[in-house]
Amino acid sequence: MAKQTPLYKTHVRLGGKLVDFAGWDMPLHYGSQVEEHHQVRRDAGMFDVSHMLAIDLEGAGAHDLLHKLIANNVDKLTVPGRALYSCMLNPQGGVIDDLIVYFFRPDFYRVVVNAGTADKDFAWISQHAGSVAVKPRRDLAMIAVQGPNARAKTWAALPGSEAASTALKPFHAAWFGDALIARTGYTGEDGFELMIPAERAEATWNALLAAGVKPAGLGARDTLRLEAGMALYGQDMDEQTSPLEAGLAWTVDLAAPRDFIGKSALAGRRPEKQTLGLLLTDKGVLRAHQKVFAAQGEGEITSGTFSPSMSRSIALARLPAAVAAGDTVEVEIRDKRLKATVVKPPFVRNGKVLV
Amino acid sequence: MNIPADLKYAQSHEWARLADDGLVTVGISDHAQEALGDIVFLELPQVGRKVAAGEECAVVESVKAASDIYAPIGGEVVAVNQAAADAPESVNQDAYAAWLFKLKPDNAAELDKLLDAAAYAKVAAEG
Repeated sequence: MAKQTPLYKTHVRLGGKLVDFAGWDMPLHYGSQVEEHHQVRRDAGMFDVSHMLAIDLEGAGAHDLLHKLIANNVDKLTVPGRALYSCMLNPQGGVIDDLIVYFFRPDFYRVVVNAGTADKDFAWISQHAGSVAVKPRRDLAMIAVQGPNARAKTWAALPGSEAASTALKPFHAAWFGDALIARTGYTGEDGFELMIPAERAEATWNALLAAGVKPAGLGARDTLRLEAGMALYGQDMDEQTSPLEAGLAWTVDLAAPRDFIGKSALAGRRPEKQTLGLLLTDKGVLRAHQKVFAAQGEGEITSGTFSPSMSRSIALARLPAAVAAGDTVEVEIRDKRLKATVVKPPFVRNGKVLV
Repeated sequence: MNIPADLKYAQSHEWARLADDGLVTVGISDHAQEALGDIVFLELPQVGRKVAAGEECAVVESVKAASDIYAPIGGEVVAVNQAAADAPESVNQDAYAAWLFKLKPDNAAELDKLLDAAAYAKVAAEG
């Protein structure tokens, strides 16, 4: 029996096509994945992301715990509400999960982790927590409201939310009563991620719906994040992948003197691969696991799709380190080899095509 | 579910229509386009290719996934719908108008082995 979020009945009522995602019954789309994609790029859409797990870390050792557990440096978080994207690594330097950590006080942080890895993450964090309280927050629902009009429509839908969040810069969050409003997302558009008590999820969703925010499913979430050049755990990286080869070097702080799990493994190894974008110049659709042939060697697509914003196929691919943006490569699709151009992601941000 | 009574259907969700000129037009069912979601690419067979019943001969790709299309009967490909290839979303809009290819059948009697609308409705209802 698949798990259901507090918004499950709402998805059924709205005609969502429900599929199993990491053990959860989640909406793939509510009619047209492509229309939902455009809705987010052009106006405002919302995603139920309550299958993801918020974990609160409370106690005097919370800062030191995160210092040790994540590859990005929590010392960058000095203002309450500040958020940071990071990988959590195993001792071999592979990615246990990617997550967002929110700072409230040196003795109080919240991390939000992927649904499919939530149990493993909770166990891993707990194992290292010592006296820090590790609290999974399944009592919260999460709704991502994304798009150029997402903030304005959220403010229209939720009285009082504007005063609480109007000053938020990207990657900052603020309390709104017992809810958290974060100016974060996974689409390459402006917007909020709302963490609210589960019993208010449906009312909040309906208020957003009434304000003109349209529901969007996991399908659109995937095409949006891929256009935005954002990695998906389990597809673009996993426990066997170094973040330095997954396009996530910018999130790994090797410079600071602090030690963290996985640091020595990363520091002692020169990356042989890198992750870059591909634009298919021929007709067809790039998909995960297709082989890539470059002059410098072989690679593999980790995520591929048809980009609704660009009306052509795009991908993230793990390629030999010597390949450069601008190179032409070949991708094996069924019995053919099609030409693609190597580009530096993102493909699309804030409604604009960048490549 | 839209399943026209005058067509024949394959278990693998293709439809086939025999015309007066003896040619058989092939497409995918409304149920199939619905299941695939937004269709973004069609790979159609070469005109002149000879195919056997059940042979893979085209690919329909949606945003989600690629799906093989099988020849419902054996024959020679005599035409492909380039207009549909240029506008793959037309298959979502009307799966029975946006045909994929036409076959000159080896043996038109093979059509009798396909499902009628009532039998296909049961297949579609099961997924």
